[in-house]
Amino acid sequence: MTEEFTGYLRSDGRKGIRNSIVVAYLVECAHFVASKIVAGFDGEDVQLIGFPGCFPNEYAARVMAQLCTHPNVGAVLFVSLGCESFDKVRASHAVSGSGRPVETLVIQKAGGTAKTVETGRAWVRSALGEVAKVDRVPMGVDELVIGTICGGSDGTSGISGNPAAGKAFDLLIAEGAACIFEETGELISCEEIMAERAVTPELGNELRAAVQKAERYYATLGYGSFAAGNAAGGLSTIEEKSLGAYVKSGDSQISGLIKPGDVPPRGGLYLMDVVPDGEVRFGFPNISDNAEIVEMIASGAHLTLFVTGRGSVVGSAISPVIKICANPDTYRALEGDMDVNAGDIIEGRRSIDDVGREIRDLVISVAKGAETKSEALGHREFILTYKTFDPIGPSCLPVV
Amino acid sequence: MTAPFLLLHPNDNVLVARTLAPEGTKVELASGAIKLAGAIPLAHKIACRDIAVGERILKYGMPIGIATEDIPAGSHVHIHNIRSAYTPTYALDDANGLSEGGTQ
Repeated sequence: MTEEFTGYLRSDGRKGIRNSIVVAYLVECAHFVASKIVAGFDGEDVQLIGFPGCFPNEYAARVMAQLCTHPNVGAVLFVSLGCESFDKVRASHAVSGSGRPVETLVIQKAGGTAKTVETGRAWVRSALGEVAKVDRVPMGVDELVIGTICGGSDGTSGISGNPAAGKAFDLLIAEGAACIFEETGELISCEEIMAERAVTPELGNELRAAVQKAERYYATLGYGSFAAGNAAGGLSTIEEKSLGAYVKSGDSQISGLIKPGDVPPRGGLYLMDVVPDGEVRFGFPNISDNAEIVEMIASGAHLTLFVTGRGSVVGSAISPVIKICANPDTYRALEGDMDVNAGDIIEGRRSIDDVGREIRDLVISVAKGAETKSEALGHREFILTYKTFDPIGPSCLPVV
Repeated sequence: MTAPFLLLHPNDNVLVARTLAPEGTKVELASGAIKLAGAIPLAHKIACRDIAVGERILKYGMPIGIATEDIPAGSHVHIHNIRSAYTPTYALDDANGLSEGGTQ
């Protein structure tokens, strides 16, 4: 029997654990105006997202559409300058087709900064009344999509926080949830052991190919997915970081390989391939942790487990982030930002299983509405940049 | 147990510090006791036996890199004496885990 709570019912049948209004700027030139609109709603669930580029990008358009129709989102206000390339009509149709309230304000036609802010705030005020009427219905663990990421990693991440997150994934998958792990650039050297966990040999080949693509991509860039702080925290090579990160995936079979924006079709464990296809075009695959979090949210993640050793303080727009601190010294220094102290494992006070169960229980209470530390502090980080992807092949989501 | 160090897998040739281990800390290794030549920060590694140049470094029972010089048992194993078999490691001059950041 899967544990039940209450979710916000959307027209596509998916259910949300939050009911946010998002204000989305469609080019950096509209960012300030959009942020001024959001600033009028301190303490209410109105969040800022956006895309900075003036030039068109199919990936960004798809991710934006998936975010604006995410089950945690109740209504959308697009803010356009007017001359950018982003296809605002297509984006607006995607949202209106889902039955959500949507409006698009074009600054060049709306009378400039002050008038657009005034009109935008009036629209959001009225949309808050609309989204409050959304039906709340029973929702089970088997309807949850949960992502995991590690950031600000150090040598403790792979010993305490990541194995505990993996344990939580095992528990949640056994209850029917869909869980996503990602960053193929941080799975370099894990491809063979990972391929053995695939539900079919063909999927195993896809997993191997995804990591090999990441290796080639990073080799061209000249760096691995490795930040200076990783070395200060005791990690020496990308392989070492990879092996520590890999254990976040737990022990379940791997059900599929998805790309940003692909929603898992059923419960199970999914690897997200975040490294672009084709030649190296737009620089680093993910320029910071929030880029990866956004991609998992675009694939339907209701919340994200974020394991950190050095100490990240970020949250996210749209979906709550649960921060799991792997390093006991960091936990003591940044306790106000951390939801779970996995450093207890290193200091011998609790087992990996104990902390894994705590994380699983916290997922349920956050799904029931409890605020995470980053939510309560007001963290709503967001970043979306340029990428290129080919669609996934038929072997990536085997029917078994 | 080689406290304050952890052996994560029986095949490993490195140990991981479970707390900051001060300079001079005595560590019992298979080849005998050693004293740390310098402080080893939390989650950094030392060699649990002599490692020859070119040998693979094993942690979690898996290769994490290749020794770029001979590493005597008890020495700090890090970016100064191992390298990735895949892509180079980027670090600032705080990579020893004991000093503040800055450009090398």
